[in-house]
Amino acid sequence: MSVIVAENLTKRFGAFTAVDAISFSVSEGEIFGFLGANGAGKTTAMRMLCGLSRPTSGRGIVAGFDAALQPELVKASIGYMSQKFSLYEDLKVWENIRLYAGIYGVSASSIPTVIDQTLERLGFGTERNALVGSLPLGWKQKLAFAVAMVHKPRIVFLDEPTGGVDPVARRQFWEMIYEAADAGVTIFVTTHYMDEAEYCHRVSIMVDGRVEALDQPRELKRLHSVPSMQEVFFQLARRARRKEA
Amino acid sequence: MNQLYAFVLKEFRHIARDRWTTIILLCLPVVMLVLFGFAISTEVKNTPLAVVDQSKDELSRQLVERLASNQYFRLVKNLDSVEEAEELFKSGKASLVLVVGPGFRKELIAYGTAPVQLLADASDPNTARTVVSYATAVISSFQQQALGGGSVPYRITPVVKLLYNPTMKGAYNFVPGTLGLILMLICAMMTSVSIAREKELGTMEVLLVSPVRPLTMIIAKVIPYFVLSVVDFVLICLISVFVLDVPISGSLFWLVIVSLTYICLALALGILISSMVSSQLVALLISGMAMIVPVMFLSGMMFPIDTMPVVFQWLSKILPASWYISAVRKLMIMGLGFEAIRSDLAVLAGMTLLLALVAMKKHKARLDG
Repeated sequence: MSVIVAENLTKRFGAFTAVDAISFSVSEGEIFGFLGANGAGKTTAMRMLCGLSRPTSGRGIVAGFDAALQPELVKASIGYMSQKFSLYEDLKVWENIRLYAGIYGVSASSIPTVIDQTLERLGFGTERNALVGSLPLGWKQKLAFAVAMVHKPRIVFLDEPTGGVDPVARRQFWEMIYEAADAGVTIFVTTHYMDEAEYCHRVSIMVDGRVEALDQPRELKRLHSVPSMQEVFFQLARRARRKEA
Repeated sequence: MNQLYAFVLKEFRHIARDRWTTIILLCLPVVMLVLFGFAISTEVKNTPLAVVDQSKDELSRQLVERLASNQYFRLVKNLDSVEEAEELFKSGKASLVLVVGPGFRKELIAYGTAPVQLLADASDPNTARTVVSYATAVISSFQQQALGGGSVPYRITPVVKLLYNPTMKGAYNFVPGTLGLILMLICAMMTSVSIAREKELGTMEVLLVSPVRPLTMIIAKVIPYFVLSVVDFVLICLISVFVLDVPISGSLFWLVIVSLTYICLALALGILISSMVSSQLVALLISGMAMIVPVMFLSGMMFPIDTMPVVFQWLSKILPASWYISAVRKLMIMGLGFEAIRSDLAVLAGMTLLLALVAMKKHKARLDG
């Protein structure tokens, strides 16, 4: 069953077409890698799917709702983690969890349980009262992912979630992603790391606002007769005419 | 409700954790009132006075006596000649010199008028003006008494009477001004900076993707600063009544109403500013430059609006603080009621509504980028 569908999704800013009639669908429990160079239109496409930006034409259907017409319903059904670190550094670990639990409508009576469970799952028992600002970046990102999952969404959008962290922390982060996917959560993830693209079930590669390739990493490598996703990406990205934004 | 509560809780935690800002926000009104009320006061007390009495008759001695016994003057020296006065001015030992010409009594009896000269150190023109007007008032009241029933029956003596603030206490002027400034500072500046911070740090994006409605977010942002403003308002009123001896002589009820309106207005302004900028620094500069400075100089807090060039008078008309300060003056100092501040309140309410509408529209527009 498809939980994310893009049908000729297009966004124009004046004469500039940021996203040019892209179409794809993501099925439940899939880890979908959404790749592209800076300025290829990834972020704009993702904003449209999350109900933040209205498409010029085409449709985005997320969790069964039209992202342009029912953005509130879409927003309530998804989790989101941004490339910019998105927790409050001056709040404690548990206070951040408490905030997002409240925002995503977790009932007041079950909030304490949710906080305890989240801390336990992360192994953050002793960091409960630590200010988030004092945690190492890798930990913060794990926390941010857990917070994005606090209302048990069926779909999570991750916008470059592992930017700037070391390989070990990235590895741990991907273990969390796999765990969520195994539990049936659909993961829509953008990344700059091509080794991470290998971890995805399927990847799409955007060039100049269009989806130039979409398949399993294995198939893409075979199609382009190269040993790694890195090479696939280079071959496609070389065709780009746009300057980097 | 749950959402709003979680959000308000978060805002209060931000403020509580930013301990220094909170301390500053709570201490600022105290410091400002004390500074304005005592230190940079425009009232003049104990002006050093020197006298050149060239008649040395009974009446002239009475006149000098009258001036010297007044609390605003302090007789420092009796001089023999006007030339000596200059030395005294230069050394700063006197700010006012009274020169009584020869034959003072004789002329006064004969013609009903006798010239006296006042020399004032006008290097500080405001003080000089005040000092001279005090002295003139004292002299003319003396003159009336000295003439008794009056040998000249139809003389007209201008008598200056200072209403509402008879002693021309500086604090009377600065309490309304400080209120206008502090409330604007906390509401507009803190709100705009706090929203701009979320944009700068990227947390705003996460909030936008969340099901929180923008209105909920804005209300939650505004509540803590509203509370803080009310605390400061109460603090300022207490200090003004119990420390500065400035009474609230008018309607306390309307003072609260007009202040709450002004707080809402400042909050709306803060939201509007934050919708236009995306960094804390710009938010700070705009609210600082565009608000604090004009409030200080154009709202009538420091300089009277009536004596400004016309352009500035117009400018002061579009400053919410001018209307607020004017209303507070009427309520606190002049002891008037609702009738007197009706137009001030109406203008403030209108401005609040307009700003809130524009701010909401701006925030909506930004969401669909």
